[in-house]
Amino acid sequence: MGRVLAVIIWIITLLSVLLFFNKKWWLPEAISDHAPALDRQFLITILVVGISFAAAQIALGYAVWKFRDTGKAGDRAVYTHGSNRLEVLWTVITAFVFIALGVMGQSVWAALRLHDAPPGSYTVEVVAQQFQWNFHYAGADGKFGRTDPSLIDDGSLNFIGLDAEDAASRDDAVTAALAIPVNRPVELRLRSKDVIHNFWVPQLRFKQDLVPGMEIKVNFTANKVGKYELACAELCGQLHFKMKSYMLVLPEDELTALQALPQEQFQARMGELLNKYQLPQY
Amino acid sequence: MSETHEGVHRHPAPTGFIRKYIFSIDHKVIGIQYIMLALAAVVVGMLMSLLMRLQLSWPGTDWPILGTLFPTGAPNGVMNPEFYLSLVTMHGTIMVFFVLTTAPQGGFGNYFLPIQIGAEDMAFPYLNMLSFWVTLVGFIVILMAIFVEGNQGIGEWFATLGPSFAGGSGTVGPIGGWTGYAPLSALGKIAGPGQGGGMNLWIISIAIFCVGSLLGALNFITTLLNMRTKGMTLMRMPLTCWAWFTTAVLALLSFPVLLGGGILLLLDRVANTSFFIPGGLYVSGLLSGSNPNFPLHTGGSPILWQHLFWFFGHPEVYIAILPGMGATSHILATFARKPVFGYRAMVFAIFAIGLLGFFVWGHHMFISGMSPYSAIAFSVLTLSIGVPSAVKTFNWLGTLWGGRIRFTTAMLFALGFVSLFVAGGITGLILGQSSLDLPMHDTYIVTAHFHLVMGVASIFGMFAATYFWFPKMFGRFMSESLGRIHFWITFAGVYAIFMPMHVMGLMGMPRRFSQFTEYNFLVNSSGLVKLVTVAAIITIAVQFVFYFNVFWSMFKGERAGENPWEATTLEWNTPSPPPHDNFAGVLPVVHHGPYEFAVPGAPRDYVMQTDVDVEVPSGNGHNGKH
Repeated sequence: MGRVLAVIIWIITLLSVLLFFNKKWWLPEAISDHAPALDRQFLITILVVGISFAAAQIALGYAVWKFRDTGKAGDRAVYTHGSNRLEVLWTVITAFVFIALGVMGQSVWAALRLHDAPPGSYTVEVVAQQFQWNFHYAGADGKFGRTDPSLIDDGSLNFIGLDAEDAASRDDAVTAALAIPVNRPVELRLRSKDVIHNFWVPQLRFKQDLVPGMEIKVNFTANKVGKYELACAELCGQLHFKMKSYMLVLPEDELTALQALPQEQFQARMGELLNKYQLPQY
Repeated sequence: MSETHEGVHRHPAPTGFIRKYIFSIDHKVIGIQYIMLALAAVVVGMLMSLLMRLQLSWPGTDWPILGTLFPTGAPNGVMNPEFYLSLVTMHGTIMVFFVLTTAPQGGFGNYFLPIQIGAEDMAFPYLNMLSFWVTLVGFIVILMAIFVEGNQGIGEWFATLGPSFAGGSGTVGPIGGWTGYAPLSALGKIAGPGQGGGMNLWIISIAIFCVGSLLGALNFITTLLNMRTKGMTLMRMPLTCWAWFTTAVLALLSFPVLLGGGILLLLDRVANTSFFIPGGLYVSGLLSGSNPNFPLHTGGSPILWQHLFWFFGHPEVYIAILPGMGATSHILATFARKPVFGYRAMVFAIFAIGLLGFFVWGHHMFISGMSPYSAIAFSVLTLSIGVPSAVKTFNWLGTLWGGRIRFTTAMLFALGFVSLFVAGGITGLILGQSSLDLPMHDTYIVTAHFHLVMGVASIFGMFAATYFWFPKMFGRFMSESLGRIHFWITFAGVYAIFMPMHVMGLMGMPRRFSQFTEYNFLVNSSGLVKLVTVAAIITIAVQFVFYFNVFWSMFKGERAGENPWEATTLEWNTPSPPPHDNFAGVLPVVHHGPYEFAVPGAPRDYVMQTDVDVEVPSGNGHNGKH
């Protein structure tokens, strides 16, 4: 029985490790400037995880293979209550490895999360609502028009409560898809009208909740032109699974041209761009 | 060979059927009642997961039988998204509360803690009875939540209580996941299907459960501290007792927070308070305050709910798994015929896990919008909790090393626990890093991680406990051949279910999606999704072998003597099953540590805690020197 168990544990371990060597079952291609550091940290961590996992399973298999009861009369186990030296040794080693991993991970976190967007960033307001994304662009004047919840009226398509009286609103555009420039820092200001949603583009390598009552800022730089899927990753109700949109990463001139268009043409052009770019191959 | 002293009769044995088996104050009967509750609840939770797997693998398929059983959730046999989401919610809630919190602690802890410390019963037998019955009421209420939300049967009656108890339309249960994040859970019917009266009952059920668990925790702590028999010093207690004690402390400190949070959430829903609902919300076409269906809310904080929930929710993970760790240590030593390696380190590790468990709740909230600076503290503390977990694993391997392992079914499951605990726990190194959590949060790698460690490993601990203690509880063995079939298929099955989920998480697959067909980045997952479902069907099917084994063996199993496993602790010093007061009026006296196996010079390869005429080299049995 011990040998069977050992072999099964080893087979399971091997198959489990092999799962992680298929490129199709790995992280999608990264397209943000912070992603390589994060991916490197992930690779280091998963190596530590994989080696610890395999080592523990191999040792467990070895123990059940080797130390089975032979049934010989008078044959007893080794009598020991432990070893303080070993306890200290493995406590210190694991503490060092685990905490070192944690501290290394923090430098990635700090680089990403503890800095405001640099001046000159391209800013978009993101307003989520049940099963729909709204993106608010400042337009040519670079100023966002005033918004107010009491002006929201989904029926007349004023999804974000934009104040038409405000001069800064006049050149603003609101669309259902996100367009950002390539290779230029982007700041998203995330809000929600109703419940918690989550902004999730796998290629960007980050998630961020959109919490009603709060405006949460995130910044990043996308470095590859293309069209990417945007999903909601926080349970928001019935149709959560298809609260979907797209993120277009555009060459600067294409975005500038888009930005200069009035609201109706902006919408139409956005539709053309969504058709022009293809999703990545998976 | 053993010496005893007179105990004090606390209460006479009951004679009537009702006092003996139903409203019993005997901790053993109450323990079995908790186990039965868990056995009933786990079937419900498991079948729900089966339905979820069917939906994820073959979305849009017409299952005629589902159309008959769930006319609102699967009209014409095709599951709708709200049905799937209510299954997610109820599966999580039932499994976490009514299975993983009841069986390990209320069940086995209740039955064996008093016996293992040489007490005749719990300190407060009536409180013990009350805690079970309160918990049972909680379970009935959570089942009602399903029907209320569907407005059928008993739901019609509930609707007469008032509008806030009427269900939404067309769903089968509350929708919120087991975490019930506000404001989705706080807004009421306006937020969509699954947010009606059933959500009220979901909150009420959890509040009731909190009360039951608090009563139980008080009892465990008092009993362990005050009622140990002569010679049972703290460091001579079996590791199971340390685990149950620490679990009780965690429950005592964490459930009140959830209870308070639950009451505030309920007030937001039924009394128009705004603890978790901020101002200016616009939901389903209505502005807060503009319509009687959506009264004015202002000033609440959705993140406050997450803090309250996870301050409970993280210790809850350890509430679920610590008793399994205790049982595993106990069973590994018994069947390796070898003392627990590093007993003292094991006790410290249990304490360290329990203590650190209170300082890491923020790792569930890295992406919630809380301060990025607090994430740094939570992240490093989270990784440090891996240290005592690793220490436990090393000591389990140390216990096996040089042993003479007997491969009973109980031992197989305990070994399975070690394997699964490592497999599930180790990915905490990934998810505990705030930076890596950015892409991994709320994907299937999280699902895989917590199912393996707090779900499956804990359940393996309980399977091991069942096969191990069944002869003591019922005086009969469970079938070893059925037990082995159960083990092999379950062990391979759970790996086949949860290992592929890790790579789904790497692809970016979000949790709580009722189907994955909407996204191109998930196209490569469909084969794996189906593989998981097939593995789940097989694994679920073989659990009924376990059920058959339990109930068949109760009546037909081979008879077991007082100490069939040649074990050392006090539960093996009394008949199987034990008499009403555990030790027939004469409490045992303890002379040795709990795991004196393979003592050189002893007549047998095990020295029971009560044995008097045996020399044990390390004296009191907890010496750490080599």
